[in-house]
Amino acid sequence: MNTTDSTNAAERFDFTPLAEESIELDSAVTRLHAQLEQQALDAHLLDLAYTTVDTPVGSLLLAATEAGLVRVAYDIEDHDAVLETLAARVSARILRAPKRLDALAFELDEYFAGTRRAFDVPLDLSLSSGFRQLVQRHLPAIAYGRTETYKQVAESVGSPRAVRAVGSACATNPLPVVVPCHRVLRSDGGLGGYIGGLAAKTALLALEARAH
Amino acid sequence: MKPPFEKMVAEHGAAVLRVCRAVLGIPDADDAWSETFLSALGAYPELPQDANVEAWLVTIAHRKAIDQTRMRSRQPIPVEELPERASRTGSAKEGAAGGEAHDDSSDSLALWHSVGLLPEKQRLAVAYHYLGGLPFAEVAELLGGSVEAARRASSDGVRALRLVYLPESVSGTATHEPKGILR
Repeated sequence: MNTTDSTNAAERFDFTPLAEESIELDSAVTRLHAQLEQQALDAHLLDLAYTTVDTPVGSLLLAATEAGLVRVAYDIEDHDAVLETLAARVSARILRAPKRLDALAFELDEYFAGTRRAFDVPLDLSLSSGFRQLVQRHLPAIAYGRTETYKQVAESVGSPRAVRAVGSACATNPLPVVVPCHRVLRSDGGLGGYIGGLAAKTALLALEARAH
Repeated sequence: MKPPFEKMVAEHGAAVLRVCRAVLGIPDADDAWSETFLSALGAYPELPQDANVEAWLVTIAHRKAIDQTRMRSRQPIPVEELPERASRTGSAKEGAAGGEAHDDSSDSLALWHSVGLLPEKQRLAVAYHYLGGLPFAEVAELLGGSVEAARRASSDGVRALRLVYLPESVSGTATHEPKGILR
């Protein structure tokens, strides 16, 4: 045997899967992935589970820790980028595992159908802290179909002059839709900003006005 | 910044499954794959930022395969069973001698049959180097023995594969290998 020959032989053998094997591999990996999701949940190794759901305001990324829902992200936030950030800030032990988000996905369906006015899944507010978290904790107190101004929210949380800080607390809300920062408007009636874009904010307000 | 583990499954899941199939045979590959990724998920936060993830996964798969083999207290078996939907002719057991073309040579899984017929060392060397992308130095570490021995086992394995695995009806041109394949 001579080494040059064997190198050539190796180079001439193509291990790339043929089309048929690729299809079979994909379906096998999909099946194994589903098993892995369950095994990871059972072993408490899944720090973050996520899924995406289609809604009237576009695809929403939902991510939950064992403690609760930690992130809802709009398409325009770039779901891949959001997952990268979650990997850095929370944990890289992340799998697409819809099961942990089943209850929320169901509640979101009801919400967008106009038959649900509040969410009762557990929340994990660990992505925000201090004043921002204080504001975000207050937001669910704004009733479905109602709105408050940034100024009113500032007053409600006991910092009447912190209007701008309320604005940034709303803008950085890690749980849009579920924590209703869309119900906060400017004092002059303007929409203010929204993490999902103004069209999404308008759509949510219109949905709630209709169903109210 | 470390990417989400999901990305590791998406990028390396298929390659690791092929390694497991080559090492353990198709029936036992699924369990090894599951154990590999579950164990990798647990250890992922401690993996160095610049690590070669595929090599890391293949190394874990190797250890899981050893565990499985020990548990069964017998040698890894060649691939005898092909998934039903891929097995069309039932002739997969022919061709070991290298002279006969497979009737099911167009079968995408014929390769797994052929890989399963290789002697263990060649089979593992081919699996870890060609399917798992490990450099020969790391293959040698997993198999024991020298780097040169790993290289030789791997190229002997590939040479043997060229003799027995004949996709399409392409004839080889090498004089020693009248039915070798050139893909």
